[in-house]
Amino acid sequence: MKTTKRTLLRVMTALGLSTALPSLAQADELTLCWAAWDPANALVELSKDFTAQSGTQMKFEFVPWPNFADRILNELNSGGKLCDLLIGDSQWIGGSAENGYYVKLNDFFDKEGIKMSDFAEAAVYAYSTWPKGSPNYWALPAMGDANAWFYRKDWFNKPEIQAEFKEKTGRDIAPPTTWDELLETAKFFNGKEIDGKKVYGAAIFTERASEGITMGATQALYPYGFKYENTTGKYDMEGAVNSDGAVKGLEAYKELYKCCTPPGYTDAYMGETLDAFKSGQAAMAMNWFAFFPGLAKDENVGGDRIGFFVNPKEATAASTLGGQGISVVANTDNMDGALAYIKWFAQPEVQKKWWQLGGYAVHNAVLNDPSFKDSQPFAADFLVAMNQVQDFWQEPSYAILLQAMQKRLHDYVVADQGTAKDALDGLVKDWTEIFEDEGKL
Amino acid sequence: MKESFDFLPVGRPARKRPGGPAAERRFANLKVKSVINSDTTILEKSAKHAVTSTPVSLARRIGGLSDRAIAWLFITPTIALLLAINIFPLIWAIRLSFTNYRANRPNAVLENVGLQNYHRVLTDSDIWIAMQTTAHFVFWTILLQTLIGFSLAYLIDRKFRGHAFWTTVILIPMMLSPAVVGNFWRFLYQPQIGLFNYIVSYVTGVPPSSFEMLGSVSLAPWSIIIVDTWMWTPYVMLICLAGLRSIPDYIYEAAEVDRASAWRQFWSITIPMALPFIMLAVLFRGIENFKMFDMVMLLTGGGPGSTTEVASITLKREAFESWRTGRASAFAIILFVAVFGLANVYVKALNKVKQR
Repeated sequence: MKTTKRTLLRVMTALGLSTALPSLAQADELTLCWAAWDPANALVELSKDFTAQSGTQMKFEFVPWPNFADRILNELNSGGKLCDLLIGDSQWIGGSAENGYYVKLNDFFDKEGIKMSDFAEAAVYAYSTWPKGSPNYWALPAMGDANAWFYRKDWFNKPEIQAEFKEKTGRDIAPPTTWDELLETAKFFNGKEIDGKKVYGAAIFTERASEGITMGATQALYPYGFKYENTTGKYDMEGAVNSDGAVKGLEAYKELYKCCTPPGYTDAYMGETLDAFKSGQAAMAMNWFAFFPGLAKDENVGGDRIGFFVNPKEATAASTLGGQGISVVANTDNMDGALAYIKWFAQPEVQKKWWQLGGYAVHNAVLNDPSFKDSQPFAADFLVAMNQVQDFWQEPSYAILLQAMQKRLHDYVVADQGTAKDALDGLVKDWTEIFEDEGKL
Repeated sequence: MKESFDFLPVGRPARKRPGGPAAERRFANLKVKSVINSDTTILEKSAKHAVTSTPVSLARRIGGLSDRAIAWLFITPTIALLLAINIFPLIWAIRLSFTNYRANRPNAVLENVGLQNYHRVLTDSDIWIAMQTTAHFVFWTILLQTLIGFSLAYLIDRKFRGHAFWTTVILIPMMLSPAVVGNFWRFLYQPQIGLFNYIVSYVTGVPPSSFEMLGSVSLAPWSIIIVDTWMWTPYVMLICLAGLRSIPDYIYEAAEVDRASAWRQFWSITIPMALPFIMLAVLFRGIENFKMFDMVMLLTGGGPGSTTEVASITLKREAFESWRTGRASAFAIILFVAVFGLANVYVKALNKVKQR
């Protein structure tokens, strides 16, 4: 009897320990969570310096973009202890701040002498503050990013193409500076035979399940005058979301989708537009700046063959914001280690190296350096884009707001249902209902 | 929201043995006795060992229990587990469906909203469109799978040379994971490089990149039906084959004697005798496809627009992307009641067919 009891006890202890162990993270170890993409590899490289200096081992959890929000928000909502540090998407900040998932960093910044004024203003506004624009910081700007365009410079430089373009349009071929020019150029290239291959005008975002089509279409909506609210903070969306300009913008995006995208790009996001461009099918394509270092070095389409341009203007100049700030997850077991990482990361020299390795530092020491503009073929465009970025709602209910927009846009652009006006009117209705439920309207 | 699907009535009625339960018990007793007789020494030895090694106090305590109490003792853990992971979540979901609860907003005030969630779900045109999409998907997949599956089973049942090999070959799609199937059919459907488009083009002469199976509003619902049929027809075939094999030969022989034509034999013997099996296959496939999620999610993500957004994708988006837990619970309960009701009616019909 006694032996049985003892064995039982032993089994129970073993069971208890085995479940308890994973949460007892080592004190000198940190797990950083982010999306799985090019800059993440650069961060792994950069973080080796941190390990060398502090002796803290870095572990990384990178989730592919289409599942990133799903996976990490689930983790936060369930109070998981996977991440000590999180480079979370900009739209999450409202919810994460209000639900206490992120640590508020003001006191820490004051103590360590980290000044937000050292970082680009737009980046601080977008990645760090909640409520928006207030001096309450929940993250350190980690990775500036915006949606922009790239094109086949070698095709644009072909004399026969230049001649034909001039004849057809009456102007010299150049990277588009307005949406009208973008449409014209895309139509010009679409269906053309270049180097014995049929090519298409432009590869754009149309993905349905996560955030793709919203991130793509806003690239047209913002320049045409789409606004989320008439007055900031009032949630008065009627006439802003569905203004005449916004309707025209959405129509322009659909026109571009219908006329000039390669066949089969009905559910395309980052990976697909890169594929279309790298395989030589698309004359132009949109994507995040984050991928540009990789594209510039690409064996087939990089180097002299690629050029970059900022999102074209229309009524105003605007770009869709990407990028993220780095936050400390509130229920980390290694708070000191996580804060030490942030402190290390905020140093100007580290930020400079971050940019060299392919990350988009938004520290003024990097951006204001006179050599910055020429350090990469897209560096100047990045500065322009970061000064005109607009972001989606960062409200705690952003996920529902995003779902509604994904549906309305995909229904109209890809599935051909209704008009642009119907889609945006419907969106105002959806969003109004959501804000009413929130008690904000 | 998984619980909303997991307790669906599978409706597998217990197969009856000839002679009823009494005969069954006699049969079981007989079996036990024979085992005891053949291993008398081992069994007795171990029993004796168990008796002697049980502490006296424990033996006295258990010895005092009635059979009923011991029975309860044994099933309590199972019942407790069932209650904890199946019934409790259901009741909890019912409760949540009357609130504005959101799983990602722990700090928000929980309010009772009465029937608002139900009202909104039932009057939401998008949800009705999702239900229609599901109905379209379920109807056509079942129809095609039953027709093709039964035909295949009928052919395999002819027992031609190598029929066992062909059965295995036909079963392969069924053995794959839906996630894998979804992913590679996505490639097969690619308008520029996909095999499917090339085959269609080869047969019909339409250029391969002129149509998009997954991207066009009219073709996308059919593209998911094709994939599901490809994957699950073997399953229906297997069940139908079991049905066909269960028909005794003497019935056909008697029909031969009566000079019934092959056509007449098929309609008067084969179909009625195999019908319970076919109906069972339809029930399984119906329930499975009503909650179809993974394959469609990977193929189209519910797109283009919401053309292939079946109910469970809508539900998942409500519950785990929008995090409107209260509303999603209401939707789940409505779905559950619908499936439960339909399945019950169907099981009644199935039992009637079996009693014939």
